[in-house]
Amino acid sequence: MANKSVWSDNRFWKRTATWVTGFASILLIWLTFDTSTQIAMGNDQDLQNKVTKRVPGPTVINYKITYEMSPKRGHEVPIIGGNDGKGNSLFQEKEKFFGRDDYSEKEARALLHLGKLGSQAKNCMDCHTLLGNGAYYAPDLTKAWLDPAWGPNGAMQALTGKNTKEEAMAEFLQHPDQYPTHARMMPNLGITAKEAKGLVAFLKHMSSIDTNGFPRNFGKIKGAVHGK
Amino acid sequence: MASKYLTGTGSESKQLATWYFTFAAILFGAQLLFGLVAAIQYVMPGFLYEILDFSIARMLHINALVVWMVFAMFGSVYWLLPDETGIETIGIKIGKLLFWIFAAAIVVVVLVFLFVQVGKADATTIWLITEGREYIEAPRWADWGIVVVALGFVGNLFLTGMKGRQTGIVTVLMADMIAFAGLYLAGMFFTDNISVDQYWWWWVIHLWVEATWEVFVGAIAAYGLIKMIGAHRQVVEMWLWIEVAMLFGSGILGLGHHYFWIGTPEYWWEIGALFSALEPLPLVAMFVHVLYDWGKTQGSEEEKGNTHSVINNKPAFTWFVLNAFGNFLGAGVWGFFHTLPQINLYTHGTQFTSAHGHLAFFGAYATILIGMFYIAVQGTNGIKVMKNTKASIWAVSLITGGMMGMTVALTIAGYVQVIVSRAQMGATWAAYFDGQSGMWFTQAMDWRLIMGILIFTGFIILAKDLLTTGKNPVHER
Repeated sequence: MANKSVWSDNRFWKRTATWVTGFASILLIWLTFDTSTQIAMGNDQDLQNKVTKRVPGPTVINYKITYEMSPKRGHEVPIIGGNDGKGNSLFQEKEKFFGRDDYSEKEARALLHLGKLGSQAKNCMDCHTLLGNGAYYAPDLTKAWLDPAWGPNGAMQALTGKNTKEEAMAEFLQHPDQYPTHARMMPNLGITAKEAKGLVAFLKHMSSIDTNGFPRNFGKIKGAVHGK
Repeated sequence: MASKYLTGTGSESKQLATWYFTFAAILFGAQLLFGLVAAIQYVMPGFLYEILDFSIARMLHINALVVWMVFAMFGSVYWLLPDETGIETIGIKIGKLLFWIFAAAIVVVVLVFLFVQVGKADATTIWLITEGREYIEAPRWADWGIVVVALGFVGNLFLTGMKGRQTGIVTVLMADMIAFAGLYLAGMFFTDNISVDQYWWWWVIHLWVEATWEVFVGAIAAYGLIKMIGAHRQVVEMWLWIEVAMLFGSGILGLGHHYFWIGTPEYWWEIGALFSALEPLPLVAMFVHVLYDWGKTQGSEEEKGNTHSVINNKPAFTWFVLNAFGNFLGAGVWGFFHTLPQINLYTHGTQFTSAHGHLAFFGAYATILIGMFYIAVQGTNGIKVMKNTKASIWAVSLITGGMMGMTVALTIAGYVQVIVSRAQMGATWAAYFDGQSGMWFTQAMDWRLIMGILIFTGFIILAKDLLTTGKNPVHER
């Protein structure tokens, strides 16, 4: 066996496989620690101290959220409470959510909790995509809160007879079968008024998550890439 | 001495394997049926509206997929263990009990999915009805059931592997199956933070299908080559270790390609792009390996003057070769199409992913597991040389042809979405429906349904072929 090459030795490949797997696993675990810190949910203190978090605290529902180009990062980022002109959040401008912009940390957290539970209990992900993951039978919900269809000039407020985005969304979620927009309709999933409020809070919060510019050009296009 | 383990009759482990395979085949049929319902709904949106909505049909489609594959994987391990280790599987009584627990739990979960469907927005729903997380919707009680069953399975494998002959294949399976079972735990918690939710959710989904399941396929392919063409164990196991190194080396950090847009930091762009771009390489290697070993074994027989085929199970070998190529094409090529972040920004969450998902699950897993069905049918019926039959050829042609056609249709649908809904219109609600109503998209969905019907027809013929093998005089006994 003296002349046997290491390249045809099973033990060599077994050890290689073990080392490669071990190294890749350790690297993944190390990156997981870093990522976990970066995607931990912020809190109300962060918002008041104007600290930008990748996943802001639940009280972000008290603020106006937009999705604007950051010249520094080269793609859109969520802007919370106004833009400083350079693509950074000012955390100033509030926006009423079901008539209030003073939800406490506890209240907002409870709403978000209800909404996230609702999103799972109703299997949203088996028709829609959330953060781009899920099924492709219905629109992506990542930035649904910012969708012009629900805005003052969109069709949905008139259709549902509501005057605000959140009320229109909540009404639609409770009775989707009454507001058909296309031949493909959302079924009635027995969503209560309370659950609908939670779901809309969940959607508003999700729109504030920094998704590295996904989806690109959301809601800004009138016919061309980078168009206004 | 070991010969009694070649058939299913002498080994309880092999008998248990056939139970697993049978239940897997039934679930496979269910998967296709619910897939057809969902495909019809794309074409006729009113079909079963508020009775069996798309979300439910689709959930059953993908959960039946995962579960039939897991059942067939467990079955494959129970089938090959006596051959590899030379002893009867240890703890087989518990194994059999766990099978019934597993099967009963699955039936209950499916009935709840079908008839309860959704629940209130509270923890009770998560525990008893659905967790609502794609692929792993099974409620929490079932999660714990699955953990217990998986522990029992891994226990059987380890006890047998350590007592019997420890081949390279068994060693790889022991390491792989414990990771496979352990990873499931990453999907068993609730959090309000959807980014954290999806971060760990991908640990289950990706590290299953792009790492541990792939390694499992490598081990099964190695076993199949030894079994069906008499390939040299040392060569096969060397390939296997190289594949493990390449699959885990690329697949573990390839996880990063799911972390481009879910709230996670930008460095995943580079890490995900680099490692996932390497993921097709081991799949090329696996394809080369299967064909090389086949040619080499056949060639050395011919040198000895033997002209007969070295393959002792034609239908199974057909599915194994299809696996080698389908894995490369579906997981490798179709995966690479959209794995770079610059492209994925537009393709993420479109039918493009669906095209890749269909061909990859089929090419990488369905094929080889159907091959294992055939190996088991050969074993239980004491067949020495199993030939292709008209039915086996029709089945493989219809299923594979239908799958390719479906993939092409979904890819075209994906292009429409990428260009119209994403690049041109900016991904809004209106943009989504503009894309969906485009002529190319709707035609693609028509074709997808037609292809689905072809696949289902192929499945019926496959089931008939598997069930009638025992009585078919064409096979050499």
